[in-house]
Formats: sequence, structure tokens, C-alpha cells
Amino acid sequence: MELLSLPFMQRALAAALIIGLAAPALGIYLVQRRLSLIGDGIGHVALTGVGLGLLTGNSPVFSAVLVATVGAVGVELIRERGRTSGDLALAMLFYGGIAGGVLLVGLSEDSGSNSLMQYLFGSLLTTSPADLMVIGGLGAAVLIAMLVFRPALFALCNDEEYARVSGLPVRTLNILLAVTTAVTVTIAMRTVGLLLVSALMVVPVAAAQQVTRGFVSTMLAAMAIGLGAAGAGVLVSAEADTAPGATTVLLALTVFVVTAIAGSVRHRLRRHKAHPVASEPPDVVLHA
Amino acid sequence: MSVVEVSHLAAGYDGREILRDVSLSVTAGDVVAVLGANGSGKSTLIRTILGLVPSRRGEITLFGTPHKRFRQWQRIGYVPQRLGAGSGVPATVGEVVASGRLARRGIFRFPGAADRDAVREALTAVGLLDRIGDPVATLSGGQQQRTLIARALAGRPDLLVLDEPNAGVDAASQEAFAAALTRFAGEGGTILVVLHELGPLRQLIGRAVVVHDGRIAYEGTPPEPAGHHAEPDHEHLHPHAEEIQAGICEWAPTEQTKAY
Repeated sequence: MELLSLPFMQRALAAALIIGLAAPALGIYLVQRRLSLIGDGIGHVALTGVGLGLLTGNSPVFSAVLVATVGAVGVELIRERGRTSGDLALAMLFYGGIAGGVLLVGLSEDSGSNSLMQYLFGSLLTTSPADLMVIGGLGAAVLIAMLVFRPALFALCNDEEYARVSGLPVRTLNILLAVTTAVTVTIAMRTVGLLLVSALMVVPVAAAQQVTRGFVSTMLAAMAIGLGAAGAGVLVSAEADTAPGATTVLLALTVFVVTAIAGSVRHRLRRHKAHPVASEPPDVVLHA
Repeated sequence: MSVVEVSHLAAGYDGREILRDVSLSVTAGDVVAVLGANGSGKSTLIRTILGLVPSRRGEITLFGTPHKRFRQWQRIGYVPQRLGAGSGVPATVGEVVASGRLARRGIFRFPGAADRDAVREALTAVGLLDRIGDPVATLSGGQQQRTLIARALAGRPDLLVLDEPNAGVDAASQEAFAAALTRFAGEGGTILVVLHELGPLRQLIGRAVVVHDGRIAYEGTPPEPAGHHAEPDHEHLHPHAEEIQAGICEWAPTEQTKAY
């Protein structure tokens, strides 16, 4: 654990913990809405932002936030229209994003497969003090927004039409979710990488909901699992010299397997215990 | 006082006009049933009134305010046909019902004691208080429907708008929500309910509106059931409402209603 005395390791760990907490807090709404893969798509788009940043000599994190936000808002507008062609439009956007990113990163002076791999799969070495400030600030903003607007976002994701009839600012809330998705994807790319960002939003939620009964308890459990997986992922990858993003995601998936087994065992025990009661009154009564 | 005022309304989806020319007036304390065959436009009518379907022509006024300028959504409690597609993320009955408080509280304030009391009161009204902590996915279809009614009641609305609350609901739940609606109407609430058949709500309905082919075909006292619906023991339950064949139990216009 003497690795933790190294400043870059401390920064990597701090960044991972922030993301581990924020990503599932956002991801639960995406899962509830059946948009589990949206983070992955936005990650593809963000790569174009990274490429633009590297090419123009600006901060790749900053330009990735901008491009990913534009992409996420675009996706939301396509989704809002509810056209069947939306699916195809999303595919074009995502592949355009990753192709543009690979092209632009290749053109930049800081090229080489090494640089691209850092953004795609995360790296422990790349979190600068300035990055950590950005990650900390944006991560806190995402977390606060997801917690403060929890009742409204829950209502929206649970039943959008009902939210509309309740007079909630549905479009604003949808854009808020789109923007926070873009921000979360971008700040997480340093640690877990753009291709695995989505896993950190979704897998802790999937793991938590195997054993929880309500939305708030699922959210808190998912955040705890995300925090644990991200922190342990950084430490294990530093000790074992494995890829941090992959390590984190595999740890989260391990938790999922454990909770899925625990959930199904509990379910079976309950069913075993419960009497076979008819929940509805019988249609006919036979008198002996 | 006028609660809902619809005049010469036309509406539809994607180039298909479903409502052609509908005028309807609901005043405070009214209990109005909207009846009609599948595809007649009865659900489209209430969805247009709620702003979920854009209107093409005509005027809608809610509580005396034109639809476009209407902001007092807390006065309306909407009960959709069913809970949105199960998402996999569990939610308790209490959490779903608490959504009903948002219109009244706004999105910037945290829920307080008044919100919690209203949720418990609404769940008591539909007989589900003991299930407050259970995941909605573990409830029967009828209990989920009662959860949605509780969600609407939790906002303490003046007007309840229900879209086929009977569809696919067991008898016990039908009785429970008939009781809840009777109490709501007894306290002066206004109800606009789309129904496939009157069922246990028959006693409550003051006026029926039959929608046929995008127009109002009949308006007046609730029509008497015909054919096998008239049998005294006829229990009309639709465990799978969407599978009902068109024409089996529709409120098609009769000689009487055609004359209207």
C-alpha cells in the first residue's frame, strides 16, 4: 500500500471514488428509463471531443465535456420525437463520434496508440491536479443534482406522461439528465475509460436491485457498490498492474453475481415459506 | 363553476384524425363517464384535455383558464390505464404514490410531513396502506391500479381524470376504488372517467358521454347495459384488457342514442 504515498496514485484514487459515487447516482435513472446503453453512446461521442482537444492543444477533458454535452442533448431531442428512425440516428451519431475521435487523435501531435488507449480504457497515470479539480467539481455537481431532484427525476423516469400532467418541466429535466450523462462520461474517462464508463453507471444499479425493494434503497446501495468497486479497482490494478477500468468493472460485475445469487436464494426461501394463498377471491364456492 | 370546457375539439396522431368535433362541459362536482368503442376516441379525448395529445382545432379550458395558459396542474389528478412499463429498478408503493405530491410541492422543495401524511391518507383511501413498503412489481394488476389512484389522490386534486381504471382489475380492487371514488365525489370532487363499461361505478356516474367516430353520439343519463351485459349476475372482468375483441362489449349507439 506504499503506492498510496505517491501523489498520482492519490489523485487517481480520489477521482475514482468521486466517479464511483456519482456514476450510479445518475445511472439509476438511465436504467429506470431503459437507456442503459446511452452512456456508452455518449462515450463514443466524447472521443471526438478528446480528439479536438488534443489537436487544438486545449484540455481534452474540457472539449470532451462540450462535445459530449452537445451529443447528449442531440440524442435527447431525437428521443423526444419518438420516431422509429431515432434508433438509426443514434447509431450514426455514436459511430460518427468514435470514428471522428480516432481520426482526430491520430492527427494530433500527441498521437500514438498509447494516448488513444488511455482515453478508451482509462489509466492511473493521467489524472493531473487540474483534472482532479475538474472531476471533483463536476462530480459533486452531478451528485447534488441527482440527489436534490430525485423525486422529480424518479417521477419522470417512472412515468413521463404522468410527470407531464403534473406540470413538471419535463423537457428541462430530460436535458438535465442528458447533460449530466455527458459530464459523468467525460469525468470518468480518465479512470475507467470511455468504453467502460457506462458499466460504472449501470452495473452497480443492476447489482443493487437484486436485493433491494425500493428506489431510494437501490440508489444508495448502488452508490455504495460503485464507490467500493471504483476504490478497490484502483488499488487492485495498482498492485497487480492490471488495467484500472477493466478491474473496476469486473469487480462491480462480481458484486452483481453475488447479489443476484443472494436475491434468488432469498426469493426462493420466501416462496417456500409463504402459504399458497389465492390473492383474489375464488370464482365459485362449492358447498359440500 | 366550469372545470373542463371543450368546444369543437379536433385531435389525432400522425396525420390520423381521431376526434373530429367534440364539445363537452364538466362543472364542479360532476361525475362524467366517457364511453365508447375501442378506437372511438374516448381515451384520445381525455389525453387531449390533459395536453398529452396536441389539439388541432377547437378550444379547451381548464378551471376557467385556456389550456395554453393553464398552470395549476396540482388541481388535476391523472390516473393512467396502467403503470408505465416495469423498468426493473424497484420502487415501493409509497415511492410511486409520493410522485403525486410533486405537482403541489414543486421540484425544488424536499418532501415534508404534509407530503408523508397525504401519501398515507391516499393509500388508506384505496386500502393499500399495509403495502406501502412493498415493491409495486409484487402487487396484482388491480392493486397496481389502486396505487395509481392513490398517487392521483395524494395531490389532493379538484378533478380526477381516469383512463379505463376497470381494465384488467380483479373484483376486490374494483370495489376498493369504487369506494375511493365515491368518497372523493362525496367531498365535492369532480370526476372525468373513461370506461369500457360502467361496472361497480354505475351508482356514482351522474352523466355519460358516448364517443363514436370522433364525435359525441350521446350525452345524458348512463345508458342501460344491453345483451349479456344486462344479466344480473354478469361479472365483467377483463384480465387482459388489450386482448378484447372489438365489438364484444362496446357502447355502440343504439336506436335511442342515434336519435340524439
